[in-house]
Amino acid sequence: MLPEFVTRRKRGSGYVPAVLSSGLLLLADSRTPSGGHGHSGGVEALVDRGLIRTVDDLALFLSGRLLAGGAVPASAASAACALASSAPDWSRWDAAVSARTPSAALRAASRAQGSALLRTVALAWPGPDVAALRALSHVHHPLVLGVAAASAGATPTDAAVLALHHLIGGACSAGVRLLGLDPLAVAAAAVAAGRHAEPVAASSADAALLAVAADDPALLPADGSPLHDVLAQLHDTSEATLFAS
Amino acid sequence: MHRDDLMAAHTHAPLAAGPAGPLRVGIGGPVGGGKTALVAALCRALRDELSLAVVTNDIYTEEDAEFLRRHGVLPDDRIRAVRTGCCPHTAIRDDITANLDAVEALEARHNPDLVLVESGGDNLTATFSYGLVHAQIFVLDVAGGDKVPRKGGPGVTRSDLLVINKIDLAPLVGADLEVMRVDAEKVREGRPTVLVSLREQPDAAPIVEWITAQVRARRA
Repeated sequence: MLPEFVTRRKRGSGYVPAVLSSGLLLLADSRTPSGGHGHSGGVEALVDRGLIRTVDDLALFLSGRLLAGGAVPASAASAACALASSAPDWSRWDAAVSARTPSAALRAASRAQGSALLRTVALAWPGPDVAALRALSHVHHPLVLGVAAASAGATPTDAAVLALHHLIGGACSAGVRLLGLDPLAVAAAAVAAGRHAEPVAASSADAALLAVAADDPALLPADGSPLHDVLAQLHDTSEATLFAS
Repeated sequence: MHRDDLMAAHTHAPLAAGPAGPLRVGIGGPVGGGKTALVAALCRALRDELSLAVVTNDIYTEEDAEFLRRHGVLPDDRIRAVRTGCCPHTAIRDDITANLDAVEALEARHNPDLVLVESGGDNLTATFSYGLVHAQIFVLDVAGGDKVPRKGGPGVTRSDLLVINKIDLAPLVGADLEVMRVDAEKVREGRPTVLVSLREQPDAAPIVEWITAQVRARRA
């Protein structure tokens, strides 16, 4: 039986955001220490190859990323949020994220950011739910985000939205820093991408709740895009890169 | 990069926790001032008596780490490079997590006496968080202009040691060393300043002396 907060939101007909709390705002804020500033979400590899040059390119990239890959972090964060207080075997859910992240470089990037966020989260919400994650030797970022979101009073759908918000924010910030794109225009593109992200978040949360109800991480979505994975591997071994991924 | 080790070290003991563990010293300052040369000099001077490790934050990923390896100042596995996503100041001040991972991984592997964290070149406002290091050195060079100490900024005013490097260039660039020294003294409230030419004094003696005293104080 799922807790009430997991099921209370109506999904599929528009996202109803959580009541804003300082904790949730902190988790949404890219200034919160979480290692994110060192990751471009795949943007640097595309910029280096001339595949992103403009704000429009960035917007196109984001819409593609959200549809072909957004469900993996969104559903993992969502599931973690739903599971947070039930002391699950986190290693099974962590392994499911690894299995959905075929690039070793992206697995490392996800774990580095999970570890980074966990440092902050463990101080901000020093309860047993977060402590359970610290028992793992490493943990993927969406799981930390989901558990932190639960600690901040979020629903699983909120956690999915947060995961996609960071996917968008990291890519946008990298576009501004690498290409000198107009940050105001990029902010507008981020808002537009956020609208595209809402149905992805809703469907990811639905899938996550099915997986949680069945206690089966294998039911989590496994969307991906080969180019993103291949470029991440090439980026990882390339010499003059500014971002870790 | 030894990513698995970076990942493994995510338990964060706050720096204020106590005297256990190595001294962590940040080395910051503008581009071209001599940060990497100072790190190399410190490693050469101290490696025989202390166990050392270095984290570099150069904007071009492994550039500084490569320099240190090429000059053979430390074994490869005692040097780690952190990529900062175009924001060197963020990585040493606002979001220190990637540097903490690197420092803790080195500490877990080598149990060093001293960890040097070298910032990427930045501007006069870029200083280290004391959540990452115990003490910090800010490196300026004479060629940047003798008005820099007067301009102040947290690097000049608040660093634990201010190093003014390349004093051999002073006559060539029309810099007045005495002006630099006096201006620095005015804003530093008694914190030490060293004027040096690392090219002419590659043993970096005054800085080695300062850092050795810091290591000793931490052990005491």
